Amino acid sequence: MTLRTPIATGSDWNFEMLTDYEREIARLADEYRLDIYPNQIEIITSEQMMDAYASVGMPVGYHHWSFGKQFLSVEQAYRRGQMGLAYELVINSDPCIAYLMEENTLMMQVLVMAHACYGHNSFFKGNYLFRTWTDASAIVDYLVFARKYVSECEERHGVAAVEQLLDACHALQNYGVDRYKRPSPISAEEEARRQTEREEYLQSQVNMLWRTIPLSQALDVPLADDSEDPLGLHQQGRYPEEPQENLLYFIEKNAPLLAPWQREIVRIVRKLAQYFYPQRQTQVMNEGWATFWHYTLMNRLFDEGLVGEGLILEFLQSHTAVVNQPGFDSPHYSGINPYALGFAMFSDIRRICEAPTDEDHEWFPEIAGSDWLDTLHFAMRNFKDESFIQQFLSPKVIRDLKLFSLVDDDSEELLSIEAIHDERGYQRVREALSVQYALSVREPNIQVWKADIRGDRSLTLHHVQDRRRSLAKSVYPVMRHLHHLWGFPVKLASMEDGDIVRRYQWPLPDKASEG
Amino acid sequence: MSYFIDRRLNARHKSAVNRQRFLDRYRTHIKRSVEEAVNRRSITDMERGEKISIPARDISEPVFQHGPGGERTIVSPGNREFVEGDRLRRPNGGGGGGAGEGSASDQGEGMDEFAFSLTREEFLEFVFDGLELPHLERKQLVDLEEVRPVRAGISRDGVPSRINIVRSMREAQARRIAMRAPIRRALREAIEALETEERKDPVLRNPSRVTELRAEIERLEKRLESVPFIDTYDLRYNHLVNQPQPSNKAVMFCIMDVSGSMTQSHKDIAKRFFLLLYLFLERNYEKVELVFVRHHTAAKEVDEEEFFYSRETGGTIVSSALTLVDEIITKRYPAAQWNLYVAQASDGDNWDDDSTTCRQLLVKSLMPRLQYYTYVEITPHAHQALWEEYESVQDDFPERFAMRQIVEAGDIYPVFRELFRRRAEA
Repeated sequence: MTLRTPIATGSDWNFEMLTDYEREIARLADEYRLDIYPNQIEIITSEQMMDAYASVGMPVGYHHWSFGKQFLSVEQAYRRGQMGLAYELVINSDPCIAYLMEENTLMMQVLVMAHACYGHNSFFKGNYLFRTWTDASAIVDYLVFARKYVSECEERHGVAAVEQLLDACHALQNYGVDRYKRPSPISAEEEARRQTEREEYLQSQVNMLWRTIPLSQALDVPLADDSEDPLGLHQQGRYPEEPQENLLYFIEKNAPLLAPWQREIVRIVRKLAQYFYPQRQTQVMNEGWATFWHYTLMNRLFDEGLVGEGLILEFLQSHTAVVNQPGFDSPHYSGINPYALGFAMFSDIRRICEAPTDEDHEWFPEIAGSDWLDTLHFAMRNFKDESFIQQFLSPKVIRDLKLFSLVDDDSEELLSIEAIHDERGYQRVREALSVQYALSVREPNIQVWKADIRGDRSLTLHHVQDRRRSLAKSVYPVMRHLHHLWGFPVKLASMEDGDIVRRYQWPLPDKASEG
Repeated sequence: MSYFIDRRLNARHKSAVNRQRFLDRYRTHIKRSVEEAVNRRSITDMERGEKISIPARDISEPVFQHGPGGERTIVSPGNREFVEGDRLRRPNGGGGGGAGEGSASDQGEGMDEFAFSLTREEFLEFVFDGLELPHLERKQLVDLEEVRPVRAGISRDGVPSRINIVRSMREAQARRIAMRAPIRRALREAIEALETEERKDPVLRNPSRVTELRAEIERLEKRLESVPFIDTYDLRYNHLVNQPQPSNKAVMFCIMDVSGSMTQSHKDIAKRFFLLLYLFLERNYEKVELVFVRHHTAAKEVDEEEFFYSRETGGTIVSSALTLVDEIITKRYPAAQWNLYVAQASDGDNWDDDSTTCRQLLVKSLMPRLQYYTYVEITPHAHQALWEEYESVQDDFPERFAMRQIVEAGDIYPVFRELFRRRAEA
């Protein structure tokens, strides 16, 4: 193969250079079968980047003070030079929107294109969670709809009322997701068309549930032993019959006092939470995948002579910084760097396929020696962080990162090292790291247990506590928000091994007599 | 498959609304910080924004989280000397340091303060929040020199550069329709008559009538053509009249006693007061000029540097300054065109018999021309003659004359606020 001359040298860029590089990256990416949404690459200023940051990367968003808070803190950090802005921001949409900052050098622009426009983009399109949970073609339209709807509500009902509602919804947005059921795709057009219809329908459903006239047949029989069971708790099955994990959905459908527009806003927050749900579960994989591909693609560009030595050196420096993993005792340590872990794992999968050792044959009999590209695509498509680590974290990566697992039990005086990067520990470290990335372990497991539809209308949640990890103090403000949505007392019981270990409620009981 | 879009020229400040929402929501917090900042800041320092800190717990966005305690397993990188089964002491500071919280993203516990910056505008917005200039109605007098041409409809005469083409063409069209209509009608009648005549049997036809009609038609067509497309009569001009403009200019006189009894700290206090007033005026007028007049036994107009920092000794005759201000106003700042503000700072010392002179000067000559007069007396001591005389001026001009006592730097801002707080319309 003849070496070509670099497309450009130096650090200044212009649109022709970007177009040329983009074309070359596309050619190479195609060789690697990276299937992508069309790219919409937008050049923006650093100020616009801060704006984009503040709105969690959404090109349009409804207005809320928390985004202003986010903006102020980003701005503050950036001005003081504590934080460089991320070079890239990419949105899971079709076409896939990627932002390039004007201030970036040519190397950064090429890197970001490889990383975001081909790495993240192909991940969004390929990974099963994104395919199941998000609808890339509809998200921008839906955001436009949401913004418009929220601002209409602000006009009609006042900014304060909407803000309070959004505060409450945001507090619960991590519990606005069905973890196991596939949601119906969101579509802005359909939303707009059916929204009024839905309002009426939903309200009628709620009215059914909460109507105060007793059902004559249903309540006839148990009225007899009224005195022993004044609340009628045992007369009929619990409502809901099964515990509900999607708090916001339950509220949207069942909260007695919400007006139709409030239900719609709950729904909007819920839909957006659902859109971000896959991202929260695939940090390591997503960043690892994108980093692996920018590394591979940049090296190919260099091999073909399309980038010069100066540029590749600048790239390597930047890449090394991105995948740097400080040790736990370093002052720079702030948890495991998803770029580092993800990159190490994907690189190692390639190594296992191309040059397996005996250890690899023992640990990964299925993939050792297989076609690396097929295996990598398979891994990208079918896993999330938790299962990806469980399946692919190799002893070599554990050794390279010197991972160790430590048990912190507050009933013991000392911490204990449970496993380290040695023969006996690999399996347990892998297990523990996988669990560490499981959302269900990271976040308290809270479900709707009972809505007392015939009694005091209170709502009871159950927190399934595990390993004596209780809820943080923030539970009270969150309960207050929940109370705002539900309109009647809300209760929360922490359960461990079937026993109630702690109760919370809002509003707080007036006197001790309430017990 | 890919396309580039240059968004750099698109609107910035997409977050402006959210930012404002945030500021509104924490208005009370921010105001408190701003007031502290104003009291703390050095005098040259009002012209920048301010870093504001709000306790993080007040603005946290709560979510369900795991609290400390219980049993947890944490995987960390970078093991050096540990082997399986090692037991070690908890690092100090609970779960914060050392092994950290693993990957759990529960920030918000560590940060005690949420800090951000206000821009200068936002800062001043908060500083002057709820304040209002007394007598904000601006000077407007008949003999005002400042005028601005404003549109005043359409006129029939004017200079060619002001022709209103649309109106002129409309007029022309109307005139053409009006002038041609009778001619057209006559023409139509003549043509009809001619046709009737020609349809008649040749025997009965009147040849002279035909000729006559033909001539008539020809004449009418000529007339129709000669109606002009546009006529000077059609022309319309945009009419401009000169309207006197309320003055947007203000001048602020700073009068300060620099006699021996005024120490540098007195002057610093005075300077901060002047500065607040200046910033405040600047936000209300397009143009604000400053005149510095300092005095001991004699008054002198000086520049800012000299005003605040050069030292003088000697006695005090306040009326000398008032006389000088009076002269400067007459000479350079006619009250018809300028909004006049005077701020005076002194420690209250004056020659005894001079205070009466001051009152007379103020009441007779100065006050009728001024928008507002503020007097601050920087002294912890009892008031002297000047204060009493000024009190009687205040009785005469309760709306436009204000006086307060300042003891220490911390009083300035509250006093300033008091002087300029928004008054209910009475």
